Amino acid sequence: MKGRFGAHGGQYVPETLMNALIEIEKAYDFYKNDAAFNAELNDLLANYAGRPSLLYDAARMTKDLGGAKIYLKREDLNHTGSHKLNNVLGQALLAKKMGKTRVTAETGAGQHGVATATAAALMDMECEIFMGREDTERQALNVYRMELLGARVHPVTSGTMTLKDAVNEALREWTARIGDTHYIFGSVMGPHPFPTLVRDFQSVIGREVKAQLLAREGKLPDACVACVGGGSNAIGLFYDFIGDPSVRLIGCEAAGLGADTARTAATIATGTPGIFHGMKSYFCQDEFGQIAPVYSISAGLDYPGIGPEHAHLHDIGRAEYVPVTDDEAVDAFEYLSRLEGIIPAIESAHAVAYARKLAPAMGKEQIIVINLSGRGDKDVAAIARYKGVDLHE
Amino acid sequence: MSRLGDVFKNKKAFIPFVTAGDPKLETTEKLVLAMAEAGADLVELGIPFSDPVAEGVVIQRADERALAAGTTTDKIFESVRRIRQKTDVPLALMTYINPIFAYGPGKFMKNCRDAGVDAVIVPDLPFEEKGEIKAFCGAYGVTLVSLIAPTSNERVAMIAREAEGFVYVVSSLGVTGVRSEIVTDLAAMIALVKAAKDIPCAVGFGISTPEQARKIAAVADGAIVGSAIVKIVEQYGEASVDPVRDYVREMKRAVAGEA
Repeated sequence: MKGRFGAHGGQYVPETLMNALIEIEKAYDFYKNDAAFNAELNDLLANYAGRPSLLYDAARMTKDLGGAKIYLKREDLNHTGSHKLNNVLGQALLAKKMGKTRVTAETGAGQHGVATATAAALMDMECEIFMGREDTERQALNVYRMELLGARVHPVTSGTMTLKDAVNEALREWTARIGDTHYIFGSVMGPHPFPTLVRDFQSVIGREVKAQLLAREGKLPDACVACVGGGSNAIGLFYDFIGDPSVRLIGCEAAGLGADTARTAATIATGTPGIFHGMKSYFCQDEFGQIAPVYSISAGLDYPGIGPEHAHLHDIGRAEYVPVTDDEAVDAFEYLSRLEGIIPAIESAHAVAYARKLAPAMGKEQIIVINLSGRGDKDVAAIARYKGVDLHE
Repeated sequence: MSRLGDVFKNKKAFIPFVTAGDPKLETTEKLVLAMAEAGADLVELGIPFSDPVAEGVVIQRADERALAAGTTTDKIFESVRRIRQKTDVPLALMTYINPIFAYGPGKFMKNCRDAGVDAVIVPDLPFEEKGEIKAFCGAYGVTLVSLIAPTSNERVAMIAREAEGFVYVVSSLGVTGVRSEIVTDLAAMIALVKAAKDIPCAVGFGISTPEQARKIAAVADGAIVGSAIVKIVEQYGEASVDPVRDYVREMKRAVAGEA
């Protein structure tokens, strides 16, 4: 069935949006095989985003953990500081080809908003970003960065004032401005064709990892580890390895204060099947289908659902999803900073945290690839607050 | 089915909406009876949802109030049973798909039938996905209302051909809420529906004044009003029954061409 991943996916949106989704699907079906489009996108990825990103041999981390060899896929070195730009460049270019003059997006941590604002500036398009008010406070620097790039940032004050509410508001705005506006979904979520389209644009991560590791080590990794909110950096890393059964695929969910508490955003650990934000998948919700107010220290993972392809990979047992708490993520944030001189995004720190548990239990001949999906500059102030450090600007 | 069949019989219909449980279910029950008494031809009850993406701020706030008051799908079914003991006014539940899906579509539609709900309107369940609940609607005799939008264009005929009860014509782009002006060519949209199937068309989204309702009734079979009524409920709370009754009476007269 169209846009399905097993039982998940689909197109559960108001009728007003249906023709727009069909139009995007048709345009994407055409351009994904169009040589000129791909040449233009590849040129942007190489000469604007800075791809391929490094696959870094984290020797000090490997030595410290005393088990599997650790490689870091350095998506944090992309222009704008995260993997988000891979998808945004693809979608913005597609929107431009479709004749759209305006883009809109939701953002949690601000990484996707910054990437969208950046692409909009580059491609001379209007840009409106929706961000939960709580997140505009947690990530004030990124708000200013988006404004500097020419975007308008709308603080969203409905609901929990976080990522899901930003998606709600971006969807509402899109419904009103469907003629000239393309909604650049930031993750592998939402209605078809977004989960497929975003996955395809992010799958460059795993393709590069495979080629880089084969060149360096002559073999595949034993485990790929990535953080999962909606799940775009994770699916980007996993996708090229789905057909390689020897490679464990591990998604790290934000457990907040713990997956056994109410203050969590671990969807696979605590969620149930549902239909929300255009897709069937797993969601944190109550027995009546009311979406739960989730929590994580990481604004980018603070989302009550997960992309439908991840839900499917979970159902069929191809990928594993594990909860990682705030405390573990903050520890990993400091650990990587001090050990390797790399400050990871607090989102990516969730993956680092799990790899710290995983590596010692694996053999020295084995390899773990961690997707370092973003850099942590944006999180420095929030981590200082978390640690009780009083910063003065 | 029979109750729904009478909604548009030899008349222009006025269809008011309130969010169930705003500010509490006792008020909702009184509001439904008052609206029926004032001439409502069908009453739409919204199941409050945590994330109503098709709603403007007025109904978003109503949903928040209703959920904060402890409103649940089960309690709404109990309310509908009580309402049914007192009135035969046709009733539709307006709900997002997740509350139905989480509840279990079979159990949901059975409860609709048992409680006396005639139809369901699900704004985030487009034509392509209606298989999610269609068979259960059929099994329990609950009409699934189809929606068309100003962007539907060539999709209208496909949707209309399989539509039942009536077609909900979304007047404008965007979300629900009072609008000063409706710019869509509604007559053209409705003509596309009627060319595909002889089925009543009721227009909703943005209607608030008797003047707008009169204009809608000139081209459509009915007018649906939500946010304007929910605003009155927001303003007067438990004391909203009388002002809502007066408003519905005025709007019904406008739709009927009597004022």
